[in-house]
Amino acid sequence: MITLEHYLVLGGILFCLSVAGVFLNRKNLIVLLMALELMLLAVNMNFVAFSHFMGDLSGQIFVFFILTVAAAETSIGLAIMVLIFRQKQSINVDDLSSLKG
Amino acid sequence: MHAIFFYMFAVIVVLSAIGVITASNAVHSVMWLVACFIATSGLWLLMQAEFLAIVLVLVYVGAVMVLFLFVVMMLNVKNAPLREGFTRYLPIGGVIVLTLGIEFALIFLDGRFDLNHYPVPEAYPADYSNTRELGRILFTEYVLPFELAAVLLLVAIVAAIALTLRRREGTRHQDPVQQVKVRAKDRVRLVKMPVESPKEPLNKSGRRRL
Repeated sequence: MITLEHYLVLGGILFCLSVAGVFLNRKNLIVLLMALELMLLAVNMNFVAFSHFMGDLSGQIFVFFILTVAAAETSIGLAIMVLIFRQKQSINVDDLSSLKG
Repeated sequence: MHAIFFYMFAVIVVLSAIGVITASNAVHSVMWLVACFIATSGLWLLMQAEFLAIVLVLVYVGAVMVLFLFVVMMLNVKNAPLREGFTRYLPIGGVIVLTLGIEFALIFLDGRFDLNHYPVPEAYPADYSNTRELGRILFTEYVLPFELAAVLLLVAIVAAIALTLRRREGTRHQDPVQQVKVRAKDRVRLVKMPVESPKEPLNKSGRRRL
């Protein structure tokens, strides 16, 4: 019997893995963006699971909007990354410290 | 049967997520992420979210991941320096991930999501359409957020084009301002001159035969 906990644990594992990806891949901005996509996927998994087990479709509507915003975020992020690469010939995270934040 | 499919998809999701964050080649990372999305859409099908499952494959695998692939291949990033720094950030990353995992485990072991609180729902009848139900509440209750999402996508399109557009030297463009200002008498100039006969007729090519 697959319960809500199974899906939530899977979402938790996925989120932990993507956080690990953000911390370990400090070299490539593309992999960083992909780890962010993975995080959003973990959250979406929880939304769909709760929507199914509570019998409420609002969770799926929320996933719909998350997908929309994530697509917009990805396209602008990749566009900015292409600009950075044109400017610096590198997408290494360590090279992007001009702002000295 | 349900459990078999769940564990199959779940194992694929976790393994491909590990592949995404450990692959040394960025193209391999993208491919692992595609596998992860497809397995996730299988899981969503198990939860009877058919519309979102197909949207995940069409929009994410079909559009967003192809965009990633284009950028990865266009940027021509060297593979070698991706690996260094892996061990340097391992301690702090490990601590944070462990903390997060323990927090999640504490929540899940609490038992507030068990079968007593969230019983397994009955499967929908065969004539139930997830897409129709989603569309019904999307275009009634959530119509304003829907319109806002459309505007957001438009902003994203304009921003992405405006950011990456650049004028190259030496390319030919049409200038509409100059085009609408043109007049016939600026284009053709009639010159009066006496008739001349050519000194040497070009008989070989045959273009000017006298």
